[in-house]
Amino acid sequence: MTVNGKKPKFAMYWAASCGGCEIAVLNIHEKILDVDANFDVVFWPVAMDAKYKDVEAMEDGSILLTLFNGGIRNDENEHLAKLLRRKTKILVAFGSCACEGCIPGLANLGNVGEIVHTAFNTITTDNPHEIYPRISFDVPEGELHIPKLAPMLRPLDQVVDVDYYMPGCPPESHQIAAVVDLVIKVVKGEAELPPKGSVIGVGDSTVCDECPRARNVKTIKSFKRIQDIAPVDPDLCLLEQGIPCNGPATRSGCNARCPNVGAQCIGCYGPAEGVIDYGARLITAFASVVDAKEPEEIEQILDGIPDPTGQVYRFNLAGSLLKANREAWKVK
Amino acid sequence: MSEKKQERVGVYVCHCGSNIAGVVDVFDVASWAEENLKHQGVVIAREYKFMCSSLGQELIEKDIKELGLTRVVVAACSPHLHEKTFRTAAKNAGLNPYLVELASIREQVSWVHTDKAVATKKSKAVVAGAVSRVIENVPLEELKVPINPNTLVVGGGIAGIQAALEIANAGFHVYLVEREPSIGGHMAQFDKTFPTLDCSACILTPRMVEAGTHPNITLMTWSEVVNVSGYVGSFNVTVKKKARFVNEELCTGCGICEEKCPKKVIDEVFEAGLGYRKAVYTPFAQAVPKYPVMDRENCTYFIKGTCKACEKFCPTGAIDFKQEDQLINIEVGNIILATGYDLFDARRVSNYGYGRLPNVFTSLEFERLSNAAGPTNGNIVMRDGKTTPKSVGIIHCVGSRDKNFNNYCSVICCMQGLKFAHLVHERTGATVYNFYIDMRTAYKAYDEFYQRVLEEGTLFVRGKVAEVTNAARNEHERGKLIIQVEDTLAGKQRRIPVDMVILSSGLQPRADSKEVGKLFGISCSTDGWFTEKHPKLDPVATMTEGIYIAGCSQGPKDIPSSVAQGAAASARVLDKILQREVALEPIKASVNQEMCSGCRICNGLCPFNAITFHEDLMVTEINPALCQGCGTCVAACPAGAISGTGFSDQQIMAQIDGLLLRNLEPVGV
Repeated sequence: MTVNGKKPKFAMYWAASCGGCEIAVLNIHEKILDVDANFDVVFWPVAMDAKYKDVEAMEDGSILLTLFNGGIRNDENEHLAKLLRRKTKILVAFGSCACEGCIPGLANLGNVGEIVHTAFNTITTDNPHEIYPRISFDVPEGELHIPKLAPMLRPLDQVVDVDYYMPGCPPESHQIAAVVDLVIKVVKGEAELPPKGSVIGVGDSTVCDECPRARNVKTIKSFKRIQDIAPVDPDLCLLEQGIPCNGPATRSGCNARCPNVGAQCIGCYGPAEGVIDYGARLITAFASVVDAKEPEEIEQILDGIPDPTGQVYRFNLAGSLLKANREAWKVK
Repeated sequence: MSEKKQERVGVYVCHCGSNIAGVVDVFDVASWAEENLKHQGVVIAREYKFMCSSLGQELIEKDIKELGLTRVVVAACSPHLHEKTFRTAAKNAGLNPYLVELASIREQVSWVHTDKAVATKKSKAVVAGAVSRVIENVPLEELKVPINPNTLVVGGGIAGIQAALEIANAGFHVYLVEREPSIGGHMAQFDKTFPTLDCSACILTPRMVEAGTHPNITLMTWSEVVNVSGYVGSFNVTVKKKARFVNEELCTGCGICEEKCPKKVIDEVFEAGLGYRKAVYTPFAQAVPKYPVMDRENCTYFIKGTCKACEKFCPTGAIDFKQEDQLINIEVGNIILATGYDLFDARRVSNYGYGRLPNVFTSLEFERLSNAAGPTNGNIVMRDGKTTPKSVGIIHCVGSRDKNFNNYCSVICCMQGLKFAHLVHERTGATVYNFYIDMRTAYKAYDEFYQRVLEEGTLFVRGKVAEVTNAARNEHERGKLIIQVEDTLAGKQRRIPVDMVILSSGLQPRADSKEVGKLFGISCSTDGWFTEKHPKLDPVATMTEGIYIAGCSQGPKDIPSSVAQGAAASARVLDKILQREVALEPIKASVNQEMCSGCRICNGLCPFNAITFHEDLMVTEINPALCQGCGTCVAACPAGAISGTGFSDQQIMAQIDGLLLRNLEPVGV
């Protein structure tokens, strides 16, 4: 990786996201100094002031590494995604939103009208005059614009070509630190980049692999919410206790943080390597271990999962097989 | 896909006479495939009148050799029918048979569409899917496993007996398992058989004795199969041998225990509730085996702790009150299910009054009434046990051809009703009415029997009986059973008073047929009859290799058909045994151990016990010799760590892409 004697350029951007990914990057503590020491940070809205036009003025391919977090929800997101793709050598879909849509992707269950209505006209939002945002508005100083919502939220790779994926909501700090170390080594010529399209900063199996809980042959008589079970056995597989834990289909890399502290895995690290459609995999897995023969009984047990879509597609509805074009699985 | 070497694909579109070509423009499909799927590797696409003919196969073989094809797609019928044909053709030409895919444009296109343009377009999509898929296929080798020459026959009715004898006579061992104390089945309960009126017992009992004494038959009566594992060639079966409380080694079948037993019980099974048996009993005189069975629920000793009359009088000391149920493991290569039928419960047709009106009888009750060895010594009398009826009404289609009960025709009831009419007429001289919807007397000598009964003077009323009642409207009807019926030939409602009514009940699947089907891994129709592999061309095989069906468990049928099916099933088994080994489809699941995290979701799912969990490594493994490729674990694995050969994600996704015409170069459809 040649750098022409200068420090390579680094950028980070947030599209439709919550900001947690930025915090996770800052959460690598003193390692952030290594980033500063090895990179020239040219664009990072949360940390420094920069204008889009500054980025537009940069030479194509001049940024070595961009961590792009957030999904593509509006035309501003899309513009920045395309812009940064043009300017960047290594574009990383950083965090669950950019990789697979995450929580904002659940809005794909409704259309734009419904989303706006929900946001501006609910019990908690008093809107007697039915005032909704407009794309453009005339003021004495001229015409003001706000970004236009797209019909669907799309993960980054449905909009531009992505080099690497780093899942997690947010990615674990130790994984970010490891990736930063790797890139610095690559810059110094001490290591090679993994093949394009790889998922980085992750383990190679599922959350179960890192989970210390004991496991048996599974049979489930009923699904329960974790607060409805008292006490939760601290040493036994949560799924065996009837708690719908997404660990079996979820990529490892987080050290099974949630199951370790007694909460079920909700799947933020996304589908494991062999999984094409995460939700379909999970629901067939859950259904396979339901211990019932009669259709009514089976239905009753599955009804114990209060929000099936939220349970099995919480993080990747936008990146799933049916709700998106299938680039999402093809690149993996 | 770009790194892969380009495959050379041949596409063969079959006309199937006019079956496909009548609806699909096969010429267009072939030329379209050659033009538009070229970039995927299609080097030749041909259409032909009958691809499955030897000329059609030669066409493919020639192309494989001359054009160096590496993949073949045949757009024709369902793989069910001719996959084997074309795989064999490929094999003959030196191509691995698993590099051939069938695109079903008959069952899935021409037979279900009428619009030619749409059907042609869909055929193109199906072909494109098959081409995309076949490129992802990998060569597979069949596994050969030896066949255990022993056979299990479940059910000792006439179908099961026939099957067992055929195999045993050919020199191979048979385990014949029967739930009741004796073999013989329903046929043993009948007096006469239609249409020849020969004595049922006279023709059946020699077969029963032969089966009971045959050196190659291990008879296991009062026994049930409780577990089955394994696959064709090597099934492992657990049989529960219920305690008889009679030591079969010591018992001579002298019958003294039965004679001395003080406890009388109504015999609901063999005598259809019309007669008594003892608490220790053989169901009928010619029972095979001869050893009696003790009915634990009714035995005085088991209830009160005293009696033991049988033990005291038994000359050989064969009574053993301490006997327990035994689980016996047997290993067999093939299984024939001949589990028979249940009689439709006539109580369900409440308007016919069975169970409420004493002189309404079921067909099985009448069989026992008319049987010389039955409770009345063959005298046809009314419920009081002495009065001979002067008029008898026989109602056909009870519980059959009726939307409220069973939609199907039970096949035997018309002939059964005619037989009853003949017997009543012959033995009582009573006036006999038969009430029928349609008279169904197909098969050899059946209609002649109908003519004979007509000539005997039996009166036939065409119409479905609405009600049987004892509510008399006039003096003429008083004390009688009145049959209310619409006579559809005379075009009027009639009320016909009779002394006795016989309900020609239909046949039903066994109450537990679905559970039994599940136990043996075969499916049932919605009614509950076992499903055959092909309704016409493979009526005794099932979709599970090594499991065959015969007799009424497959659907209602008469004695000759049951015997024929028993023999047919045994011929299929003998064919398997004589091949000595069987080639198993190489469709197997396997675990990518790197990806398996030992979540154990799949562990309890395998119907063939092929899954093992390694506690030490926390990974799951599948035994390829036991795996049947059913795909249950493949679907269940949440990590996508299990994949099935022949059905990999790559193959399936590629096929979907093809079906959606995503793989086309931008030339359009």
